[in-house]
Amino acid sequence: MIYLLRGARVLGGDPRDVLLRDGLVAEAGAPGEVDAPGATRVDADGLIALPGLVDLHTHLREPGREDAETVESGTAAAALGGFTAVHAMANTSPVADTAGVVEQVWRLGQAAGHCDVQPVGAVTAGLAGRQLAELGAMADSAARVRVFSDDGVCVSDAVLMRRALEYVKAFDGVVAQHAQEPRLTEGAQMNEGAVSGRLGLTGWPAVAEEAIIARDCLLAAHVGSRLHVCHVSTAGSVEIIRWAKSKGWNVTAEVTPHHLLLTDARAESSPAGPYNPIYKVNPPLRTDADVQALREALADGTIDCVATDHAPHPVEDKETEWPAAAMGMIGLETALSVVQEAMVETGLLDWAGVADRMSARPARIGRLSGHGRPLEAGAPANLTLVDPSARSAVDPHGFASKSRNTPYVGMTLPGRVVATFLRGRPTVFEGKLT
Amino acid sequence: MKRHLLSTADLSREDALLILDTAEQLAQVSGRSIKKLPTLRGRTVVNLFFEDSTRTRISFEAAAKRLSADVINFSAKGSSVSKGESLKDTALTLQAMGADAVVIRHGASGAPHRLAAWVDGSVVNAGDGTHEHPTQALLDAFTMRRRLGELDGRRVTIVGDVLHSRVARSNVHLLHTLGAEVTLVAPPTLLPVAMDDWPCEVSYDFDAVLPKTDVVMMLRVQHERMNASYFPSAREYSRRYGLDPERMGRMPDGAIVMHPGPMNRGMEIAAEVADGERSTIVEQVTNGVTVRMAVLYLLLSGSEPAIGGNQ
Repeated sequence: MIYLLRGARVLGGDPRDVLLRDGLVAEAGAPGEVDAPGATRVDADGLIALPGLVDLHTHLREPGREDAETVESGTAAAALGGFTAVHAMANTSPVADTAGVVEQVWRLGQAAGHCDVQPVGAVTAGLAGRQLAELGAMADSAARVRVFSDDGVCVSDAVLMRRALEYVKAFDGVVAQHAQEPRLTEGAQMNEGAVSGRLGLTGWPAVAEEAIIARDCLLAAHVGSRLHVCHVSTAGSVEIIRWAKSKGWNVTAEVTPHHLLLTDARAESSPAGPYNPIYKVNPPLRTDADVQALREALADGTIDCVATDHAPHPVEDKETEWPAAAMGMIGLETALSVVQEAMVETGLLDWAGVADRMSARPARIGRLSGHGRPLEAGAPANLTLVDPSARSAVDPHGFASKSRNTPYVGMTLPGRVVATFLRGRPTVFEGKLT
Repeated sequence: MKRHLLSTADLSREDALLILDTAEQLAQVSGRSIKKLPTLRGRTVVNLFFEDSTRTRISFEAAAKRLSADVINFSAKGSSVSKGESLKDTALTLQAMGADAVVIRHGASGAPHRLAAWVDGSVVNAGDGTHEHPTQALLDAFTMRRRLGELDGRRVTIVGDVLHSRVARSNVHLLHTLGAEVTLVAPPTLLPVAMDDWPCEVSYDFDAVLPKTDVVMMLRVQHERMNASYFPSAREYSRRYGLDPERMGRMPDGAIVMHPGPMNRGMEIAAEVADGERSTIVEQVTNGVTVRMAVLYLLLSGSEPAIGGNQ
């Protein structure tokens, strides 16, 4: 199949015609200059073309919690959100801590075909934090794992973290740390601050994140390895990462869409009433000052990328009292809209910046050579077309995800993914799954 | 229109005074040999208790019965709740049975707020986690008013485990609304980290505050807190923050001593103080029934509830 995208604004620039053929970007040129007999013409007038988005942090829940999400449903949600690759987190059941499990997830992704599924391997066996999982076997498997994470649990043991950082150097891996000092966060329910004090909910202090990030940066520097910091949520964490980068250390970081837009005030006051656990997430929503610091850090590159931490949960795990509820929120189908709202419409990032933070850099961190490439002749035809002028209220009933736990329900957000192409084949066309 | 009593922060000064004044009238009933009014005949009040609290439950039960309401006690133990039924399903069950009011005690902060979204009847918070206990604060205010007169300008010192205390939170809001000046006293470990917007003063020094107080309210401090290093030992806590006869001697004449119970005698309060003339602890229990009658009366009698939060 050959597609000619007519008048697409590549990275928000002037309109261009882009020809997709044989899975590659065959040609890109001024409108009317690209000739393509037999091509399906796509009117992309007013649409922005971005390289296909890459998510470093997705919970697809399969195997084990197919009631919340499957590889099929989660990757369909990803494609609708403009993603062409997602990293599937390891905290499944069984845990993705062996070559067998990561290959299974990888194959399920191939079979679903909505986007590439790159499994993340667990750092420690069973996420138990006692001994290393077989990192090399996962790296050498068909899934070619390069990102390792115990996400959901912090690798809090300093020796184990050091060994993991050292060990993955052998295959250019990276350890993605869920930074949460466990003793400081026992029973923690939400950000520790004015709101938690008023609501009487156990606090999750910023220092519990920052202390681990500081330690891990020092460890990564000491052993000369790559560290990636998951879902940075505090202004203090930003300062530490900025300092580590200024030293030239190989530290990268991600921020979630929800931490760019929402604060802990939602726990106390929201359209859904107080104590609604739709806003319960780990790390927790923080304060306005943190949100501002995170936006600025993403804009100046201190934080490398946006990652969704898409965390599906069934209704019964959220329709409960706050402390009993599961932590997490879904995000694949709203990520780009939230980034447009928080970063583009505020003037902090242009569309080239969005492409860098949501495609190029996460692909580089995950070592996905086929993704995040400039939309130039010869590159794999992984891209998404976005209508930036659309605005709509978020309605989870239209989501492809099996779960509905979005904190944005009813909010009006900008932007709409019109089409997504995976190696030249549309996975989403005219806003719908193909 | 307001339908529930979830937090004292939802009460206006008019609401709060209406409850206290109504309780004052109802107190006369408690003094009679036949302590019953026909006001809530035919209405159903469910006591939904997920935590053991015999004191609070029987207080609400007595209050509802004195108003002639039908009372159903629903204890989490031995019920479908212990078999894993969700709060929402429990709420729907009560709803289907036609509960006009649900009095809920729950270990999770905010559980009454969630319940209020799932039932049509009124919800009364009888203590939620480490959040609030509104009727305790109302009975405390009622007790203070009976002993000291109006609360405007009265100085109230609340001492103890503020961090985990639902009594402290409810009292701070209500007493502020009623014009009292509140000071919280605790070791720094037992205070929330960010309290700048609380309408009260905070001190670590009990002895400095004592001479300038009209009411000292001692909070229960659980021995287990010591194991989590909130303080070194029960003895040290008692020395620094306990109310013993010597400390009580430094209180102004006429100042009173309160405790929401149950007490740890010898820990936060000495037996001589608890049993002394300044202590209102037994009165608080009596007043609890009266104030809860007033709350149920105002929420349930007539077609439009007169107090509480409209959520």
